[in-house]
Amino acid sequence: MRTALSWRGDVLVAALAFLALAVPAFLLGLPSVLDFVVRFAIFGLLAMSLNLLIGTTGLVSFGHAAFFGSGAYAFGLLMQSGGWSIPAAILAAMVMTALLALAIGALCVRLSEIYFAFLTLAFQMLIHSVVISWVSLTGGDQGLMGGIPKPPFLGIDLGNQGHLALFSLFCLLASVVALRQIVRSPFGAALRMLRDNPERAAFLGLSIFRYRLAAFVIAGTFAGLSGVLMSLYVSGAFPTFLYWTTSGEAIFMIMLGGITVFLGPLAGAAIFLVLNDRITNITEHHGLVMGTILLLLVLGLRKGLLDFVVDAWRERRERRA
Amino acid sequence: MRGGRLELQGLRRTFGGVVATDDVSLNFAAGTLSAIIGPNGAGKTTLFHLISGKIKPTAGRVLLDGADITNLDRQDIVRRGVGRAFQVANLFPSFTVAESLVAAMLTHEGRTASLFRAFPPPDVAARADEVMELCGLSSLANITAKHLSHGDQKLLDIALALALDPKVLLLDEPTAGMGPEERWRMIERVHRLWEARRMTLIFIEHDMDIVFRIAETVRVLRYGAVLAQGTPEEVRRNPAVIEAYLGSEHALEGDVA
Repeated sequence: MRTALSWRGDVLVAALAFLALAVPAFLLGLPSVLDFVVRFAIFGLLAMSLNLLIGTTGLVSFGHAAFFGSGAYAFGLLMQSGGWSIPAAILAAMVMTALLALAIGALCVRLSEIYFAFLTLAFQMLIHSVVISWVSLTGGDQGLMGGIPKPPFLGIDLGNQGHLALFSLFCLLASVVALRQIVRSPFGAALRMLRDNPERAAFLGLSIFRYRLAAFVIAGTFAGLSGVLMSLYVSGAFPTFLYWTTSGEAIFMIMLGGITVFLGPLAGAAIFLVLNDRITNITEHHGLVMGTILLLLVLGLRKGLLDFVVDAWRERRERRA
Repeated sequence: MRGGRLELQGLRRTFGGVVATDDVSLNFAAGTLSAIIGPNGAGKTTLFHLISGKIKPTAGRVLLDGADITNLDRQDIVRRGVGRAFQVANLFPSFTVAESLVAAMLTHEGRTASLFRAFPPPDVAARADEVMELCGLSSLANITAKHLSHGDQKLLDIALALALDPKVLLLDEPTAGMGPEERWRMIERVHRLWEARRMTLIFIEHDMDIVFRIAETVRVLRYGAVLAQGTPEEVRRNPAVIEAYLGSEHALEGDVA
């Protein structure tokens, strides 16, 4: 906390990261690399947003994909309706997702631990069912078909894979800088107090309900943005976006990368995607392999990879000192 | 903030058929240092729960500087100036000592809604330094709470209450679970805190040597009711207290000073 850079430093680091990722991706110019960048941005952002709840606030949500899906559907529907520019539709989709998160969160955050987890899961399944059965609006099982128009804005053509990769990367890094500022602000400290000891925090005068709800809405909104990127990527929106397995994958990524290190979920998302790609190439039973890896990680390291690395590094430094 | 006057008027609390607090009326003058003693189950901690609003009394009133705070919720009671430390240290395990104090102050002042500032803000950090200095925690400022020793955790718990600048500070067994030497160090620290801040300090304690050494007044509870109160000497002479609680070890005979 003492040695941490200010948010201006974060912006600088993010800008460098942007260059470091974008330049090689473009020099290589391989569609598969650009494709990976987009997916990394989407799932990295989803996992980072979920970790604001899990790692920072101590709320394990199993329904986070509801907001991923709502962002995707809201954006897709707005663009298909015509008359919306992409930036306006992105903002509108995020606002709609925030409102949805506000409504669901207001009912869920009063509960804690397992009851909270179950209720978020239940709401996600409810929304999933609504999307499946409201065929006239959402296309039901088939998803939002017919493609999503991507009119260029400010010289950015998201129909172009390279532009989409840069744009996704930009959204990811901007969100990460924003999330980091949130985590390190007095508000973030309040969330961590709630995670550590809600009873004592309340005794000091903190409203558990309001702060948990705020965290829920913020996390949901960023998940909505990642859903927008997803619908741009696949040029549609599908019910699997808000199925519980998507929430499960986000949790998996966080567990892979680490809960306590800020960038852990991002590392987790990258590892998850690489593993997933490799394993699906080799075997049909990729679920089995991924499950085994998670099991080994949980039983072996008892924490995520970045957690493990950072802890080991700290210990080594302390031993030297 | 100087000490506040705390008055308990006819406080009563029952749990089902059990009377945990039985018509307790006590006055704590502003800036005094009092001990509450009594056998296990005498209702000492319950009394703290009633004062701090953790549980509501069945009957009776709690007044702070003459104002009724009985039915306020816990946060409001804290805001009015009644701070409390817990029997088992109740901390934020992943926060460092300095961060814990800053977080407590920000929360108390309602300044946690800010998303765009840095944590900790410099002005609050400076005040946290003062509290750490006062409590002798300065050298541990950057240690995470979960890595502190038991005694230092209790000290941080008290510091957290103190960070809110209370008029009345309730300490529930500040020396619980400590060895004899550590106890004395702790209680001397508490005494120094009280001398520095002059808040109204009320502590629950089992060690009679400590109680009779530092308390100005002693209140004895038994079966939820007030059995006796007075200066340490008066209490030690009180036949009812000797019989019920002290035994002969700590009793003062009539002719001993």
